[in-house]
Amino acid sequence: MNISTILDMAAEAFGDRIGVVCGDERMSYTELRETAYAAAQRIKASGAQYLVLLDVNSPAATVAVFAAAYADVPYVPLNYRLTPTEINELIERASPAYLITSAELRAKIQPRDDMTVVDRSEVLAEQAPEDAPPPEVGDDPRAVAVQLFTSGTTGKPKAAILRHENLMSYIVGTVEFAAADEDDAILVTVPPYHIAGISSVLSSTYACRRVVQMPNFDAAEWLRLCAQERVSNAFLVPTMLQRIVEHLDASGTKPELPALRALAYGGGKMPQTTIARAMQLFPNVDFTNAYGLTETSSTVAVLGPDDHREAAASSDPYVQKRLGSVGRATGAVEIQIRDDDDRPVGVDVPGYVFVRGPQVSGEYKQQGSQLDSEGWFPTRDRGWLDRDGYLYLEGRADDVIVRGGENISPGEIEDVLLTHPAVADVACVAMPDEQWGEAVAAAVVLKDGASASVEELQTLVRGKLRSSRVPQAIVFKDALPYSETGKLLRRVVRQEFAAT
Amino acid sequence: MANTALKAGGRFKSAVSDVQIMVIKAPAGEHALGCGGVPMLGGSETAPEGVQMDAADSGETLIGKRYVNEDESLELLCTKGGKGTLSLNGTALEVKQAKQLPSSD
Repeated sequence: MNISTILDMAAEAFGDRIGVVCGDERMSYTELRETAYAAAQRIKASGAQYLVLLDVNSPAATVAVFAAAYADVPYVPLNYRLTPTEINELIERASPAYLITSAELRAKIQPRDDMTVVDRSEVLAEQAPEDAPPPEVGDDPRAVAVQLFTSGTTGKPKAAILRHENLMSYIVGTVEFAAADEDDAILVTVPPYHIAGISSVLSSTYACRRVVQMPNFDAAEWLRLCAQERVSNAFLVPTMLQRIVEHLDASGTKPELPALRALAYGGGKMPQTTIARAMQLFPNVDFTNAYGLTETSSTVAVLGPDDHREAAASSDPYVQKRLGSVGRATGAVEIQIRDDDDRPVGVDVPGYVFVRGPQVSGEYKQQGSQLDSEGWFPTRDRGWLDRDGYLYLEGRADDVIVRGGENISPGEIEDVLLTHPAVADVACVAMPDEQWGEAVAAAVVLKDGASASVEELQTLVRGKLRSSRVPQAIVFKDALPYSETGKLLRRVVRQEFAAT
Repeated sequence: MANTALKAGGRFKSAVSDVQIMVIKAPAGEHALGCGGVPMLGGSETAPEGVQMDAADSGETLIGKRYVNEDESLELLCTKGGKGTLSLNGTALEVKQAKQLPSSD
């Protein structure tokens, strides 16, 4: 079992179809395969044991995913926004490496005797001759296909391991081969080092859907590319959709994107106001919310287009609020909620989210497998399942505020504060407190020109929730800190309150 | 008919057509995997001389389809399509009906 089978099948069935587009560059599945063959030979000849990518999205990233698989070495895409010190520490942990990069990023790398560094353009310039014998590919399902460094909140980044069997199970279990029409295209804006960046390469290639790459996200450019490439599908993290909505509202224009049929989003909490407004701006588009983690080979739960429409049209508050859920488990995995003592809980009861299935690796290189004896992976997310199996997330277990022994989920307080008409964004975090150990603190961003007092916001929470939930400290900010892939950096907010 | 142990990740090709498959899931023990009524070939095996497809088993096997036995203890992915019905221990396999999910990435 080897993920290179995915490209082999696409090239076999639709060799001439364009598989990837980036700027002026276009490559068919046959060209992608021949380029990946040639790169795999170079990797093998170099003696490298890892293929490292330090680059923005380009066709070389697509080639790299498969070249590593053909060469039987793990693919290790690195976050190019890290500092040179951080990057070189990660390279040390993926050595000896064959490293693909670009002229701009090359300066961040310290030369090493055991490392071969090549430019993206060199990789794309070389194709194996059409009659060259295919590489001998290993079929060990346990071989490591991808090693991703997770953005740990404390300590060194962990190296999450995804084996060929995990990724193949994910693709075969959730994607229909060659399901895309010849005219379909997906616009990819997530960077190559994000799990969604890798799964989009695999899913789209297996569906034989053309990938349009956008190396740096910008709302106006996203709309222009959608129109120019007649994009049918797109995946966005919440902050990107938010910027597109804001851009459209600020310019007062309606999007003219007749080809656009489906927008998927995930990777962080989507503000209800953003998704509701997006559904108004794109009335003919199918919205899908996807929940997944690096350690689960991407998506494990999906809130599909019908769920969105049903929730939006329902008069039952229980169904209405599903717009804020991440949907139901895909057929390929099971989801369970457990309490503090590791016992499964009932419907509508919050606890810890566990996931099980063949796509779930739940494994780190140094720390080993995190699966329990029955194969369940503790995601460290908190949430609950409703009576029909819809999963609601409350946030990370690490983000829970423990006030006098009581566990408080920041999400429930944030949801209340966001109902205030003046509040644009909010983050609730723990702050040190002499009496309670921890207390609730809130960083609030107000809408342009709007105002609200600390007392007013405290009163709002007191009216809706228990008094223990009322933020003891509230500060007003111009913006909250987010990662480039849309994750709220609670750690940064926490540090600010810890310092006061 | 020689029986072989099947394991996830294993690849087999038809002795009588272009069909190639990859094992996704397999039952324990040794089994006979067939295509077109003739045993399939593992890694470096070559087709015995003179083998022919059984006319009764000459249905089309399609690339990208998953094939399963009745209790779904065996699941194969067709990685290259062609003539010849897939079978396990002489019983024809069926196409697995996949639940269509909306594209999420």
